[in-house]
Amino acid sequence: MTSGANNNASMIEIRDLKKTYKVGEIEVHALRGVDLSVARGEFVSVVGPSGSGKSTLFHILGGLTPPTSGTIHIDNRDLLAMSEAERTHLRKTTVGFVFQKYNLLPTLSASDNIEIARHIAHKTGPRDPQFNDMLGLLGLTGRLHHKPRALSGGEQQRVAIARALVNHPALLLADEPTGNLDSENSTAVLTLLRDLNSRLGQTILMITHNPEAAAYGHRILTMRDGRVV
Amino acid sequence: MIYRLVVENLKHRPIRTLLSAIAIGVQVTMILTLVGVSEGVLGDMATRSRGTGADILVRPPGSSVLAFSGDMPQGIVGLVRKEPHVVLATGTKVQSIGNFDSITGINLDEFNAMSTGLRYIEGGPFKGPDDLLIDDVYASAHKLHAGATLNLGLQWRVAGVVESGKLSHLFAPLESLQEKYSATNKVSVVYVKLDDPQNMQAVIDSLHLKLTDYKVFSVDEFVSLISVNSVPMLKTFTNVVVGISVIGGLFIVFLTMYTAVLERTREIGILKALGGSPGYVMGILMRETFLLAVVGAIAGILMSYGTQWIMRTFVPTMPMFIVYRWWPWAVLIALSGSMIGAIYPGLKAAKQDAIEALAYD
Ligand SMILES: Nc1ncnc2c1ncn2[C@@H]1O[C@H](COP(=O)(O)OP(=O)(O)OP(=O)(O)O)[C@@H](O)[C@H]1O
Ligand SMILES: [Mg+2]
Repeated sequence: MTSGANNNASMIEIRDLKKTYKVGEIEVHALRGVDLSVARGEFVSVVGPSGSGKSTLFHILGGLTPPTSGTIHIDNRDLLAMSEAERTHLRKTTVGFVFQKYNLLPTLSASDNIEIARHIAHKTGPRDPQFNDMLGLLGLTGRLHHKPRALSGGEQQRVAIARALVNHPALLLADEPTGNLDSENSTAVLTLLRDLNSRLGQTILMITHNPEAAAYGHRILTMRDGRVV
Repeated sequence: MIYRLVVENLKHRPIRTLLSAIAIGVQVTMILTLVGVSEGVLGDMATRSRGTGADILVRPPGSSVLAFSGDMPQGIVGLVRKEPHVVLATGTKVQSIGNFDSITGINLDEFNAMSTGLRYIEGGPFKGPDDLLIDDVYASAHKLHAGATLNLGLQWRVAGVVESGKLSHLFAPLESLQEKYSATNKVSVVYVKLDDPQNMQAVIDSLHLKLTDYKVFSVDEFVSLISVNSVPMLKTFTNVVVGISVIGGLFIVFLTMYTAVLERTREIGILKALGGSPGYVMGILMRETFLLAVVGAIAGILMSYGTQWIMRTFVPTMPMFIVYRWWPWAVLIALSGSMIGAIYPGLKAAKQDAIEALAYD
């Protein structure tokens, strides 16, 4: 594990990150000063009670919402300095998201769900061989032309992971990817994440409530009241 | 790729898509029917005017091109006949009987001489004052045959069915029509045939001098005047219908796309999480709208063949043309209303907060 800002081996560098949501008159302090370093190639599990700010941290990392204060670098790029358009670009190129459920566009087949991510990133032509290897890891061959509703929850999550990775993001953010799955499907998804990490060196941050799932990571990060403890 | 998403989104709600497309189509049909009937009726009128075989026609002072009902003294016919180069002149009386129909009183012999003759499909010429000739269009519309009686306010007997395309759909003996409608010695139009069309201008000029204030046209000129522009308010009316169509299409698409955006918050969130820009999200909706409008416009064009069939079957005296020239306009009108209607829902989708959209409840 590495520390120190702008270290080249570092994927994420966060210092004193704060996020305050304003809901009408009320201020919600979702993050109250997060410090965090994640090295390239790490697989980190994030745990913590509900409302501790785990998802908020992910949304900021993925540029879905701007932070209130602090410093945050992903892949040596300063997120605080980014415009809305630059954060959109970040999601397109650097960060891949997987959510708890309903990850897929229901009107498109699994295969087209993956294609649309390439389309958004202006990638045309055949998929690269590396990605096709990954599809092998997914164990989804033959199911890719199905619409999401014809797939099991576990299959849907694996498609979502494939889609998140099709553009080779530096960072994969998975927010409770197994939260909606039975243990068999959970194991399949977690094994896939571990394989992607160990074989392809994919940096992964995964939120989970399940200690067994958390154990798949190299280390476990606990959040409480908007801080990493 | 994006078009697959667009098409699949439209297919996802087939009934809603179908109904919106038809609703857009109805606007298009409305326009095409109005334009088609306008041109059809006027075109039919032009054909029938040419079918008289006349070179010149004379109308009373103050009459407009399309309203034939104004009257002038029958004595004018005699006056016109005395002109040099005039071979034939015959007066006709146009009597409106409502429902856009009218009976034309003719002197059968004179009219036959001018028009190379009415051609009888059934029956034959007038025998009595209550006899009527109808053309095949009118006959098939009202399922009439020679020998039938017909009440058009007054009681008539169908003496014969003639081929259409000459002057009128309904003919009665001139004198009897004048008498029945208390217009003795009144005519509406005088049709004039010349020895040689070369002399047209000379005769027109001379008639103008003698019949001050009367309308004297060559048939060609008259036919060229039979246009949408010569019908008072028709153009305005058409514009109003076009405007209503644009606004109607706008509201339909607004509602369709607004509900689509509301039910797609999650999908919009996913697209944004994948790096889709606001423009990308809006682009999908606008493309959906475009496709919907094009499908609607095509449906509208096809449905206009349906209204043509309806007109032909139920109101054959008002023929409807399929005016190809208006197809691009109809499509454009459908598109413009639809695209404007999609702007607000599109912006709403584009601006939607991705995080809120990705929340689970
Ligand atoms: N868009 C938002 N607007 C206002 N408040 C928000 C918003 N998103 C999150 N919050 C608040 O911020 C705090 C942290 O929420 P967050 O979703 O990050 O927690 P979490 O750790 O992911 O919880 P869970 O385990 O339930 O998913 C909570 O108090 C939540 O109510
Ligand atoms: Mg959460």
